[in-house]
Amino acid sequence: MQSSLKNMVLSLGLITIVAALLLGGVYVLTADTIAKAELKAQIDAIGEVAPEFDNNPLEEVYIHKANAGTKDSLTIEVYPARMGGKLVGAAVKSSSMNGFSGEITIMYGFKADGTVNNYKVLKHAETAGLGSKMQEWFRSLKGNQSVLGLNPSKDNMTVSKDGGAVDAITAATITSRAFLEALNSAFEAYCAVTEKDKEGQNNE
Amino acid sequence: MNKLKFILESAIKNNPIFVLLLGMCPTLGTTSSAINGMSMGLATMGVLICSNVAISMLRNVVPDKVRIPAFIVVIASFVTVLQMLLQAYLPALYETLGIFIPLIVVNCILLGRAEAYASKNGVVDSFCDGAGVGLGFTVSLTILGSVRELLGTGRIFDIPVYNEEYGSLVFILAPGAFIVLGLLIAVVNKLKTVK
Repeated sequence: MQSSLKNMVLSLGLITIVAALLLGGVYVLTADTIAKAELKAQIDAIGEVAPEFDNNPLEEVYIHKANAGTKDSLTIEVYPARMGGKLVGAAVKSSSMNGFSGEITIMYGFKADGTVNNYKVLKHAETAGLGSKMQEWFRSLKGNQSVLGLNPSKDNMTVSKDGGAVDAITAATITSRAFLEALNSAFEAYCAVTEKDKEGQNNE
Repeated sequence: MNKLKFILESAIKNNPIFVLLLGMCPTLGTTSSAINGMSMGLATMGVLICSNVAISMLRNVVPDKVRIPAFIVVIASFVTVLQMLLQAYLPALYETLGIFIPLIVVNCILLGRAEAYASKNGVVDSFCDGAGVGLGFTVSLTILGSVRELLGTGRIFDIPVYNEEYGSLVFILAPGAFIVLGLLIAVVNKLKTVK
């Protein structure tokens, strides 16, 4: 087809308008489902890692800011788990920027005394077959791999290479360090929140 | 019957990976496992069919000088639609494929088929061409992903074939993608000369 200024502007304009309408339409249709899917993933992760609870941890979320103002500043979300009103532990969404390929986000579950209950890797970009093994590695009972049942207030939560209590993933020490760093930040946030929680209960 | 033959022919003779060597970026990037390769192939195939049909419908109303921008807008729209749909209904898959979904836009197979075929042929033919090339792409990515997963972790589609410890990790990593792709192309070339 012959090109003239008029038909070029007109056809390209029309195509972009139709495309914009299409995208707007699909966005409106899927926005709700996307929000729901994200919320469901969050709820599933909390349920998986936290001790059994009967409250709604999402409503009681507590935002903890660590290292504010520095380049390592972190926003940690603490979801308290209660059974009959009593705090039995929490799910803590923490992250570390020091993974082998950048940020990793993990949901950790703590029992009331600070023992690690479980964890779930929410987001990572680590190398498949190496760093990505962290999704299962720190649960395995082989050697000193598992972090479940350890308590960051008593145990040294660093890799054994750094003198700690946890075996790093073979050939993925950087990922392992980032994993434990996120775990330690999560534990700090959890301690800060339990302190606050106790004060709140005493004031009542 | 003719249409089916046409689809299969464009999947094999015009195979984008092993014959034309197009779209190498997602090919090498997403095939660390069979399921990832297949998902990426299917996602690309979906966009390719839609964009081929749309571009074929537009072929007589778009002036020559602005045809490339017009094609890109069409392709980008379909990719974004696919991205939103995946995020809403298959969030797990959306997480795995990550950045490679929006990057379907710059996959040269899409623009290549739009320019070389859909902009010159009817809607039905363009649909078949999209289906054929898309099928070829999906099958190739699945084969590549399977071989890499098998050599790397001893599994295919997550089903264990042999003990993981005998796997060679390099095949899961980027260099393994090049090695396996090169070997597979060699095999395909050998088969072609035998015929």
